Amino acid sequence: MEAIVFFIFSGLVLSGALGVVLFRHPVYSALSLVAAMISVAVLFLQQDADLVAIVQIVVYASAITVLFLFVIMLLGVDKREERDTSFKSARIVAVLLGILMLVGLGTIAGRELSAGTAPQTHPLTAPATDGVAPADEGNVEALAKVLFTDYIWAVEAVSVMLVIAVVGSVVLARRSRSGVARSSGEALA
Amino acid sequence: MNALFAADPLFNGDGLWGSIFVVVLLKVVIAFVVLLVSVMLYIWGMRKWIADMQNRTGPANAGPFGILQTLADGIKLFFKEQSIPSSADKPIFRLAPYLSILPAFLMFCVIPVGGKINVLGHETYLQVVDLPIGAMFILGCSGIAVYGVMLAGWSSGSKYPLLGSVRASAQMLSYEAAFGLGILSVLMRAGTMSTREIVNQQSWTNTDGILQNLSNFYVVPAALGFVIFIIAAIAETNHPPFDFVEAEQELVGGFVTEYSGIRFAIFFLAEFMNIITMSAVAVTLFLGGPNGPMFMPARFGQSGWVNGTVVPILWFVGKVLLLTFGTVWLRASVPRLRYDQLMAFGWKWLIELAVLWVLVTAGILVLGDRGWNPAAAGVLSFGIAGAAYGLLYLCMPKSGETVEEFR
Repeated sequence: MEAIVFFIFSGLVLSGALGVVLFRHPVYSALSLVAAMISVAVLFLQQDADLVAIVQIVVYASAITVLFLFVIMLLGVDKREERDTSFKSARIVAVLLGILMLVGLGTIAGRELSAGTAPQTHPLTAPATDGVAPADEGNVEALAKVLFTDYIWAVEAVSVMLVIAVVGSVVLARRSRSGVARSSGEALA
Repeated sequence: MNALFAADPLFNGDGLWGSIFVVVLLKVVIAFVVLLVSVMLYIWGMRKWIADMQNRTGPANAGPFGILQTLADGIKLFFKEQSIPSSADKPIFRLAPYLSILPAFLMFCVIPVGGKINVLGHETYLQVVDLPIGAMFILGCSGIAVYGVMLAGWSSGSKYPLLGSVRASAQMLSYEAAFGLGILSVLMRAGTMSTREIVNQQSWTNTDGILQNLSNFYVVPAALGFVIFIIAAIAETNHPPFDFVEAEQELVGGFVTEYSGIRFAIFFLAEFMNIITMSAVAVTLFLGGPNGPMFMPARFGQSGWVNGTVVPILWFVGKVLLLTFGTVWLRASVPRLRYDQLMAFGWKWLIELAVLWVLVTAGILVLGDRGWNPAAAGVLSFGIAGAAYGLLYLCMPKSGETVEEFR
C-alpha cells in the first residue's frame, strides 16, 4: 500500500516537474507546478508529516502559484514564448547549479543507502530527552514545540528576512512618478 | 499515513479494507449527495426568501411551493448545448468548472455533522474524516478554490472574463489572510486544529445555565474573530456585496461569460456549495457545531438514539440554516461595493484588525495562564496593541500627502 502510493505520487511529482520545464506555455507550466506541489504534499502525508503537507498546499500550491498565474495573466505574457537565447551566461550558471544540486542530492541519497537501517536521529522521531515519548502528542504539537524552543532563533531570523523582503519590495514598487502615494486599490484595479 | 486518520474510532481496528472501506465509501457518497441536495434546496430557498423580501411570489409552479424549480433548471442546463469559444484554451476551459467544485466539497469533509453512530458494526463519527490538521485543511481548500475562477476567466480567451478572473484572484488572495487570522483566533483558544476537538471544546452541558453554555461557544470569547471570519468568508465565496467576479454592470458575466450548459451550472453549484460549506465552517469553529441543549426528556438517555444522534444533527442543520439565511438576507439588501473600496477595506482595515485581534487574544491567553482576570488582561492587551497601532498610524502618510522618494 505504502509503496504503491509512493510510486504513483513520486511519478506525478516527476511528471509535474518535467511539465514545468517542457511546456512552452507559462500557464501550463504553472499548472504542472501545482500538480507537482500537491503530489509532494501527498508524499509528506505518507511520511506522517501532516503539518508540512498542508503548509505545502496552503503556501506553495495555492498562494505562491496563484501569484505566478496572476502575474502571467496581468502582464499578458501568456503567449507561446519564443525562447530567448541572449542569456547564454545565465544558461551556463543554471547548468552548473543543476549539477551542484544533483551532486548534493546524490551524496545524501548515497549516505542514506550506505547507512542502511541506521537509527534515526530526527528531532521528531527520536525519543525525547525528558522522558515523554513524542508519539503521545500529534505531529503538529511536536513540530511546534521543536520550532519554538530549539529552533526559535532560526524561526525568528527567517521571519525577519521575510519582513525585510516585503518591505524592500514595497519600497521598490512604490517609487511613483508624481511622488503622490497611490492607494493599493487603485494600483490593482 | 495512519496517524492522519487515527482520531476516528473507525480506523482503530485493522487496516482500511473490507467493511471499513464500505463505511468510508458510504460516508463520502452520502456527504456528497446531502451537499448536492442542500444546494438545490438553498437555491430554491434563496429565490423564495428574496421574493418574499421584494414582495414577489418567486418560483411557484414546479412542484409544491416551486421546490422542484432548481431540479428543472438543472435538467434544462444539462441538456443545453455547450459552446466553446474558438479563441479559448480548450483543455483548461473544460477543466476549470471541476477545479472550482472540488474544493467546495473537500472543505465539507472535515465538518463534524453530529456525534458517533454505528454502521455495519463499526463505530464512526458523523463526519467524512477528522484530520488533525482540519482547520488548516479548510484554509488550503479555500486557497485552491481560486484556481477554478481564475483559469475559467483566463481560458475563455476574451476580455471581460479575464478581467473578472483577475479581480477574483486578487480579491480571494487579499481576503485569504484575514480569513486565516480569523480562524487562528479560534485555534489559539482551542489549542488544536482538529475540527472534532474544536467542537468538543464547545460542548453543551444541561447542568450549566444557558449563558454559561453559550459562552462556551467561541463566538463569545472570539467575537471579533467571528466578525472578521464572516466578512472574509463572504469575500472568499464571492458573495454579495463582494461579488465583483461577476459584476454584470461592469463585466457582462465576469468569468462565466463564455460558459454555457452544464459547465455553467457546475460553476453555480460550486458557488452555492461554497456558501453552505463556509456557513458550516463558521458553525463548527464559532457556534459549537452540533452542540446544543437537549430538549428530549432524560429517559431517552443522554447518549441514546434521539439525544445522541438526531438532536445534534438538527442543531447543526439549524445553525447552518440560520447562517445561510443571513447570506440570503445580505444578497437581498446590500448593494455591491466598488472594487477599490473592497481592496482598501481588506488591506487597510480587515487584516490590521485581524492581526490586532490575534495579538490581543494571545495577550489574554498568556496573562490568563498567569492567573490574571480575563477582563483586565483584555483591557491591557487592547491598550498596548492599540497604542502600537496609533504609533504606526502617526508614521504613515495621510491620503493626499506627498511622500519623499526613496532614493
